[in-house]
Amino acid sequence: MAVLAQHSVVEGPAPKATGYWTGVWRRLRRDPVAIAAGLVILALILMAIFAPYLAPADPYRTSTLRRLRPVGTAGYPLGSDELGRDMLSRLIFGARLSLFMGITPVVLAFGIGSAIGVLAGYVGGWVNTAIMRTIDVFYAFPSVLLAVALSGALGAGFGNALVSLTVVFVPQIARVAEAVTTQVRSRDYVEAARASGAGGFTIVRVHVLGNVLGPIFVYSTSLISVSMILASGLSFLGLGTRPPEPEWGLMLNTLRTAIYVQPWLAALPGVMIFITSIAFNLLADGLRSAMDVKQ
Amino acid sequence: MTQPAIEIRNLRVTFAGVVRAVDGVDLTLAPGEVVALIGESGSGKSVTLRSLMRLHPPRRSKVEGTMTVAGQDVLAMSQRALADYRGATVAMIFQEPLLALDPVYTVGEQIVEVIRRHEKASKAEARARALELFQKVRIPSPERRLDAYPHEMSGGMRQRAMIALALACRPKVLLADEPTTALDATVQIQILLLLRDLQRELGLSIIFVTHDLGAAVEVADRIAVMYAGRIVEEGTARDLIRGPRHPYTIGLLKSRAEGALAKGSRLDAIPGSPPDLAHLPPGCPFAPRCPLAIDPCRADRPPPIPVGPGHTARCIRTDVSPTLLSPASRSDAAPA
Repeated sequence: MAVLAQHSVVEGPAPKATGYWTGVWRRLRRDPVAIAAGLVILALILMAIFAPYLAPADPYRTSTLRRLRPVGTAGYPLGSDELGRDMLSRLIFGARLSLFMGITPVVLAFGIGSAIGVLAGYVGGWVNTAIMRTIDVFYAFPSVLLAVALSGALGAGFGNALVSLTVVFVPQIARVAEAVTTQVRSRDYVEAARASGAGGFTIVRVHVLGNVLGPIFVYSTSLISVSMILASGLSFLGLGTRPPEPEWGLMLNTLRTAIYVQPWLAALPGVMIFITSIAFNLLADGLRSAMDVKQ
Repeated sequence: MTQPAIEIRNLRVTFAGVVRAVDGVDLTLAPGEVVALIGESGSGKSVTLRSLMRLHPPRRSKVEGTMTVAGQDVLAMSQRALADYRGATVAMIFQEPLLALDPVYTVGEQIVEVIRRHEKASKAEARARALELFQKVRIPSPERRLDAYPHEMSGGMRQRAMIALALACRPKVLLADEPTTALDATVQIQILLLLRDLQRELGLSIIFVTHDLGAAVEVADRIAVMYAGRIVEEGTARDLIRGPRHPYTIGLLKSRAEGALAKGSRLDAIPGSPPDLAHLPPGCPFAPRCPLAIDPCRADRPPPIPVGPGHTARCIRTDVSPTLLSPASRSDAAPA
């Protein structure tokens, strides 16, 4: 009998050992769309960092004579805006504020929302009900309306726009975090951990966070594009960045009057917003499948 | 007699105030003894097992009676003592290792974590212990398997890893909750043999929950048959299989496809279905399905009646029950 047991366990060679993130990277590398999206985002970030070296002209220098030049004008490769400022330089510098406004609220909301959601999901019971119903009050507002209302109430300005966007995203992330945590909490491996003597804190730190942060992270990545669009919207309404700062949403706003004169020019900031948000969304999709260990 | 490894007295577990999942279970295990708990789904075997680790949420369940494991009163333990007790004195093997192992950590990491939770060991020491355990449960190329994720292993290999995890802190008692149900038939045998070898080598006491009589006979010294939250018959594996006395045990034995079953012939099934645990009948809970039931059966719950050395059955008709075993009575057993 012992011989049978000994003999029959011989299997093929064990798979090569790899770490978790090595595996994620290996799977992500096989996904050309996610790689392309990642490269676009990398290029945008580099563009934002090295804006002063890349921009051909000063993004603040106005020219009354050369206003609203079309794309391809000599000296203005992407034309000039309604105050005669170089579009290309403004688009390059605009990446700084736009990316910052897109990423920061999501990062803040990721921290706060995950903490709230995991707490609600793991503790359960009336704590869960109290937290989640409060969250639902915020969730009931359409995000654009909530962002506009909060920004309006706090007063126009860059910092207040960041705060209001963070408040908009916290309930969304908390709901996802709560849903995943509730699922994970009832898994066998959590009970197995308890049966091997793990306390509540260890279970949350090791088993809940280990399984929950991935999905929340992926969801949050997809919110970056939403955050950028909302930030642009706030700027467009005059609640976010103020002129003459270059920011894609604000530029879209100021150029809207020129849409019949120079439609291509007026669309350029929108094109940048579109490229950036779609890149973040595609990267989030790629990460979602790459972070699934079972693939 | 030495102190028993496990002593359960009059265990009652109630869920949501009405569902009596376990209704007065008594069970004693000597050190190094293997007992199989057998019964259909909902008979309370897994609930009994989880009670021994106090895994039921205190908010929604009520556990009464006394449980002593290795001299410790389980129900009186503080949270702190409970955390030390779980895993170190008593460990559990789950039915589906793919679900009971955390998918985002390698099996090696999980074993190291458990060892370091209970003992002061460095990561390297814990890993050396994990490797030793993998060799003990006969996992091929154990060094590399330690770094594998649960989903990268086959079902049998995962269950071996799960057993290694359970043995990590040298427990005295092992609780196995249908450890072979999720596996292929050939792998089942290997796991059963492994469990028995380990039990002999380490002197473990094991409670083995299963609904597979064959598996129970393979590893257990004694078998306890559960029905509707009670142990209805208990005896040595040999006595119970050769001379079952409770009509339910007899029904279980007869409902197995033994040897070559002629094509087209019907398998004997026990008529009816188990009782609703929230509304148990006043008498024997098996009476509505029992071909031998008489009026006194429906009036009072039968006490355990000794039918042989170390063999008891909660049935007042054990004098006539062996007749159910003869093929002639098969047709009589049919009406529901």
